[in-house]
Amino acid sequence: MSQEPTTDVATPPPAVLALRHAAKTFGPVVALADGTIELRSGEIHALVGENGAGKSTLVKILAGLYHPDAGEFTVDGQPVAFRTVADSKAAGISVIYQEPTLFPDLTVAENIFIGRQPKGRSRLISRTRMRAEARALFERLGVPIDPDRIAEGLSIADQQIIEIAKAISLEAKVLVMDEPTAALSGVEVDRLFAVARGLRDRGAGILFISHRFDEIFALTDRITVMRDGRYIGTHDTASVTTPVIVREMVGRDIDQLFPKVEAEIGDRVLTVSGLSSAGVFSDIDFDVRSGEIVALAGLVGAGRTEVARAVFGIDGYDSGSVELLGRALRPRDPQAAIDAGIGFVPEDRRKQGLVMDLSVARNATLTLRNSLARFGLINGGRERAAAVEWTKRLQVKTGSQEYAVSTLSGGNQQKVVLAKWLATEPKLLIVDEPTRGIDVGTKAEVHRLLSDLAGRGIAILMISSELPEVLGMADRVLVMHEGRITARLDRADATPEAVMHAATATREHTE
Amino acid sequence: MTDTVTSTPTPAPTPPPTKSRPGGSRLAGVLRLREFPVALALIVLVLVTYAANPLFLSPQGTKDLLLNATIMIILGVGQALVIITRNVDLSVGSILGLVAFGTGSLFANVPGIPIIAVFAIGLAFGAILGAINGLLVTLARVPALVITLGTLYIYRGLNNAWAGGTQYFADDRPDAFGALSVDTILGFPLITLLAVLVVVVVAIVMAGTRSGRDLYAIGSDPDAAKLFGIPVGRRVFIAFAVNGVLAGLAGVLYASRFNSVGATTGTGLELDVVAAAVVGGVAIFGGSGSVVGAAIGALLLTTITSALTALRVDKFWQQAIVGVLILAAIIIDRVASIRTARRLRLSEARDV
Repeated sequence: MSQEPTTDVATPPPAVLALRHAAKTFGPVVALADGTIELRSGEIHALVGENGAGKSTLVKILAGLYHPDAGEFTVDGQPVAFRTVADSKAAGISVIYQEPTLFPDLTVAENIFIGRQPKGRSRLISRTRMRAEARALFERLGVPIDPDRIAEGLSIADQQIIEIAKAISLEAKVLVMDEPTAALSGVEVDRLFAVARGLRDRGAGILFISHRFDEIFALTDRITVMRDGRYIGTHDTASVTTPVIVREMVGRDIDQLFPKVEAEIGDRVLTVSGLSSAGVFSDIDFDVRSGEIVALAGLVGAGRTEVARAVFGIDGYDSGSVELLGRALRPRDPQAAIDAGIGFVPEDRRKQGLVMDLSVARNATLTLRNSLARFGLINGGRERAAAVEWTKRLQVKTGSQEYAVSTLSGGNQQKVVLAKWLATEPKLLIVDEPTRGIDVGTKAEVHRLLSDLAGRGIAILMISSELPEVLGMADRVLVMHEGRITARLDRADATPEAVMHAATATREHTE
Repeated sequence: MTDTVTSTPTPAPTPPPTKSRPGGSRLAGVLRLREFPVALALIVLVLVTYAANPLFLSPQGTKDLLLNATIMIILGVGQALVIITRNVDLSVGSILGLVAFGTGSLFANVPGIPIIAVFAIGLAFGAILGAINGLLVTLARVPALVITLGTLYIYRGLNNAWAGGTQYFADDRPDAFGALSVDTILGFPLITLLAVLVVVVVAIVMAGTRSGRDLYAIGSDPDAAKLFGIPVGRRVFIAFAVNGVLAGLAGVLYASRFNSVGATTGTGLELDVVAAAVVGGVAIFGGSGSVVGAAIGALLLTTITSALTALRVDKFWQQAIVGVLILAAIIIDRVASIRTARRLRLSEARDV
């Protein structure tokens, strides 16, 4: 991207959209504490923040999907309170999500005009007019897409162009793009940016959410930073630098940390070399030793979970090898990985880690069902005994072993998942976002538990998007960006800035 | 901001994709229609049977074919509406039974009641039963398969309780009512013409109105439909209610066409109806297909039964052949969509 830097307007026009001090909580979880954004007509405005900073919540408020609990919201100076998506659209706000949601069975033209198809003289929908209008939109955008083809199978880039065409035909005053470039190639990004600049020059206000600083500095006029659900500040892009923005994104009190207790680092347990999977990740080299916690840091979509899944044998890979205690693991064979001594605690425990309707005891012993069974039938008494042992050790708070797991809190559910794997006495434990959606108190407990396990000589590979967790828990930090490891940091060198820089690939770190 | 075609400096990085070719594209378009395989199968079936047994297409034979298909066509159209929204209504056989018995009961117990009033009451009764389905599906957020399986039994239970051992016969009904299924215009029975009218009207609504297109959008991706601000609940409710109206109409016509109505009238029809829609190219997971296709599917399934009888094929084979047709319809659909996907991927690869 080699565009000339954008110049700021001398007298700022009034805000087309302003959200001030918006708050949104879900039960005990505060998703947004102080959501503030002010968007002018004719500007491209970046919204940046770490994962979990509240950007998505803010976007959903703008889109009319969430209703803020508090705060002021005005469009063109008029206070608004959207009850539905339709209200937001009517006010002239169009949102383009990272993965556009088109109707796969409908044609491109119909996807643009659904719900407001042009009508002919017979008061029925006129396909001819719809097609012509769609074609005119694409001509204006300089993108040749056949309006008559069905949307199924379109590339993400084309789907986004269709969303933009829709926004234009709605005469949207505000266009919100949520990480639009995450899945695009270089050419496609250039095309999208050209379209975005064209819209800005015609007076639209564009809110651009991205993790890529090069793009932000090439495209935007102003930058707003959010952190931990709060508004931090707004800068003119021309008069600010990346380090300032990064510091604002990460600079937080680091008092919720549970530092890892020193453990004796032993032999190499996991060795991953040259692991590549086309289009997903490439040249992944690392090892994990016993007693060590290695964190895989990076932004959502950097390929961390995919690496873990390949190591555990859920997904295949194209080249490279995975060795556990010096013995090669067969690819695409999770049972072999379990037998060799790997435990895998997935990111989404409700969907992948637990059977929500089964009892605590049954869940905690799922991985043991072969050793607990006699003649193929599970012995209930032995099952309970095994479950009690582990749930007690991990201090799972449940009324009874027989309660369904779905009745437990998030933190206690996570402990049951851990119990399930600890019962297999693993050598290596892979934990993916171990404390996502868990309240602060239980978070510390999960951290204590992981630290404790490392102390017993288990090697732990932890995927985490939360910087304090990474910095507090990990002996070593591997940072991934777009499928590659961009930094390897020892505990002493792992500062928030270093990790963020590598995660956004503004600077290359390699040993 | 419609006339300012300025300042989009985007040089198109990709070559223009396949423009629709002027000549020959119409034929290709017909061949690609989802309704095409089932229509072709119907034509082949009729021709083969006619060649083997010319009586098959005699005026009387044709009339029987059409009469047999009429009720199934109306039910198929209603079912297609519901399936296109990624739902299903298994209770239509029971709705038809209740309305058919109600029709017999009205004529028997209210002497001199106008036929038009009976139609109105039958349609309204169907609408209520369909609306109950729609309410349960949209409010309970439980799959329609389960909800309508429940109402299938509930409505049938009501029918049993109401009818007991009672049956009403054609002699209780005015001659003019029965004549609807006997009299013809240009060889077409009156009730068949009514069914054709239903197909045409619903097809126009589905293709030419925004609410009709919304049903396709909902079936194609219900979550996206919500994001778009389409009133998903209201549209699905209306689809079920209209399906109820059509099942009610089918119930009234059933009483005109057949001699007796009782507690078991219409039992088991629901699966034939779903089969007709699927064979007719209505995707079982919603989003594509048409009511015309469903109507042709209904015609095909009822014609097979008659054709196999005309060809003196054993009854057992008739059911097996219907089963094969359903599988064939699904396989054709899958193959077509895989081929489309491959074609699209290839054109994309060329672009890059």
